[in-house]
Amino acid sequence: MSFAKITVSALAIAAAATAANARDNVQMAGSSTVLPYATIVAEAFGENFSFPTPVVEGGGSGAGRKKLCEGVGANTIDIANSSSRISKSDVETCAKNGVTEIIEVRFGYDGIVFASDIKGAEFAFTAADWYAALGANVAKDGKIVPNANKTWADVNAKLPAQDILAFIPGTKHGTREVFDIKVLEAGCKATGAYDLFVAASTGADEKAKKADAGKQCLALRTDGVSVDIDGDYTETLARIDAAKNAIGVFGLSFYQNNTDKLRVATMEGVVPTTEAIAKGDYPVSRPLFFYVKKAHIGVIPGLKEYVTFFVSDDMAGPNGPLAAYGLVADPELAATQAMVEAETPMAPLK
Amino acid sequence: MTDISPTPAAMPRTHGLSGSLLTESPLMKSRNAAEARFRSYGIAAIVVALLTLAIMLFTILRDGTSAFFQATLSYPVLIDGAIVDKGGKADPAEMAKVTTISYARLLGDSLIKHLADKGIAVEGMTPKEVTDMISKDAPARLRDQVLADPSLVGKTINVNAFVGGRIDGYMKGRLTRESSANDSNVTPRQLDMADKMIEAGILRSKFNWSFVTAPDASDLRPEAAGLGVALIGTLYMMFLVLIFTLPIGVAASIYLEEFAPKNWFTDLIEVNISNLAAVPSIVFGILGLAIFINFAGLPASAPLVGALVITLMTLPTIIIATRASIRAVPPSIRDAALGVGASKMQTVFHHVLPLAMPGILTGTILGLASAIGETGPLLLIGMVAFVTNYPAGPLDGGFLDPASALPVQVYSWASRSDPAFIERSSGAIIVLLILLVIMNVSAILLRRRFERRW
Repeated sequence: MSFAKITVSALAIAAAATAANARDNVQMAGSSTVLPYATIVAEAFGENFSFPTPVVEGGGSGAGRKKLCEGVGANTIDIANSSSRISKSDVETCAKNGVTEIIEVRFGYDGIVFASDIKGAEFAFTAADWYAALGANVAKDGKIVPNANKTWADVNAKLPAQDILAFIPGTKHGTREVFDIKVLEAGCKATGAYDLFVAASTGADEKAKKADAGKQCLALRTDGVSVDIDGDYTETLARIDAAKNAIGVFGLSFYQNNTDKLRVATMEGVVPTTEAIAKGDYPVSRPLFFYVKKAHIGVIPGLKEYVTFFVSDDMAGPNGPLAAYGLVADPELAATQAMVEAETPMAPLK
Repeated sequence: MTDISPTPAAMPRTHGLSGSLLTESPLMKSRNAAEARFRSYGIAAIVVALLTLAIMLFTILRDGTSAFFQATLSYPVLIDGAIVDKGGKADPAEMAKVTTISYARLLGDSLIKHLADKGIAVEGMTPKEVTDMISKDAPARLRDQVLADPSLVGKTINVNAFVGGRIDGYMKGRLTRESSANDSNVTPRQLDMADKMIEAGILRSKFNWSFVTAPDASDLRPEAAGLGVALIGTLYMMFLVLIFTLPIGVAASIYLEEFAPKNWFTDLIEVNISNLAAVPSIVFGILGLAIFINFAGLPASAPLVGALVITLMTLPTIIIATRASIRAVPPSIRDAALGVGASKMQTVFHHVLPLAMPGILTGTILGLASAIGETGPLLLIGMVAFVTNYPAGPLDGGFLDPASALPVQVYSWASRSDPAFIERSSGAIIVLLILLVIMNVSAILLRRRFERRW
């Protein structure tokens, strides 16, 4: 019976697989913003060290952290890449599954830029402009009114009279979080809408009122002027290609690789460059992290070496390949290097 | 069913009194017109389908064929012992300490020297601009070459190095001088230099086998990215899927068709198999993650896990196809076999199965062909990943090594930021389509060769 033979041998392979649990390569997953940086480091690591090249998965910051917190052992990942800081609930899930010690590594900063088609008009935005353009309710003459702005000139007379159309990252992206806080909330406060929201709120106490106002600040108009993009920046770029009068939100590194198609706008008068972000002049930036499962150091070969190599000046330094790709080097990289060397786990989150 | 009227006279004659077949009555006319309309609808449907296919193939071929060609620099490089082998012992372990950064310098300096020897220069071009034209992948290849053969130290060898993705894009027409003015990754002087290098024969566009054989590469070196790991991963998966599905699928079909009693329970199984065939593939991915990785502890990103998940997904299709081809074997064959005294099992294995085999194989190949392009379930089991190490051979546990797959590679390249990955994404689709065509053609050939009609 050849069928029986094949079936038995197939089952044998599966059984053998269950027994083989050791893993000799580093595995990581997470943010698609960190993904290109991680692949650049992984590639250089594989070339220059005797360890195999680490396997890098995308999937999003949240998904990566969730995978990290699944437990300890060779069938769980070693590193979670993240474009936003780990949350308290993630740390709690981790602890519940036995992942008690996590090393937090901040390796640099990423800028978020606003760009439009290269042939379009030039824009100089402020956070207030963005809130006035996209917020569901805006402040007008000291009152909260539904947003009726049609063109950018309605928002701010200095801007071109071009119809408002914005492609912003969808809510599953880490980038959206930064956009919400650094642009919408900041703009909401700058236009005075925040104070009006607080005054109008029916919350029980001051704290509830503020929380309520904060939520209202993030409400976007739903008349098709603000479009959530759930895909990658490549999708945003394709959409801008189709709708030339749209403004898109991109990562700095993506923009730098597509400067021949996109025209970048200034924010609060600052042109987004790695230098401006490093100096803290450009307002819309965020730190990039990866989280290392300490229990795997010494168990998974090459893990410590990979992390050390990642934060070395050769890689994450201002003249390294990551900076060439668009990473804003962390001015406190030396402290990070020392922390990685000492394998200090992160302190409990407040 | 058409009822034939007993007598022609019984047919109601509402139109035309003459009744001649040669003159068209109004009813006849409208019936003929309806038929003509229906035919033209059919032709229109086919034209639309073919047109869509043609547009798809055209765009893929237009965008993707350039991925198979890559601009390559070739120039002599002196493998300087003072740089690559400081100890001078020709010991590969010792030499491995020299990183690709040193090799990059060696390659860059050699190129500058070669250009100076040939008298090629561009006004105002800095040495860094020249060295930036070389792919970041070249140092790694040179390092591997020298480490594999330490006797190269001290010799001058001719190096074939890829040129950076932007210069390659310029040669392919993706990047123009106008767009390069706004591009921070390339300078007009580099384009001038590229033109002069082409004239001098240093820079040439060549057919690039490494697009098919090389592993994936990071965003800094799109020119070096290849499909090697993804291709091996896909072949491993398809091999395992074949091994898993064929015996299980055939055994289940034979039992259900030939042995199982017809009752409510087998009816239930039948309905469920049809339902399973329609379950979205991502569901199998979730199942695979829960069972094979979290419960059974199989490694993530492994072709074995991918194959198991795809097996679950393809089994219903294969069972349905197999049952249909077993059912197509005429009952007279079974009756004859039973009549001459064969047992039920002998009937099945000596007569029914061999006759049904072409149909089973065709169904299996078509099932595999639809499974080969599956991305959804692989997303959840970690195969949508950056993997640059080739998995080991099948006998050395290669089925458990991390690997990627062709459709996954298409997806991951399509979302990279460097424009050079767009052509590679289309190129990967071409390779995938070629595999599909091979599978479908072999299915047709098998059917032609072995099919029997009764």
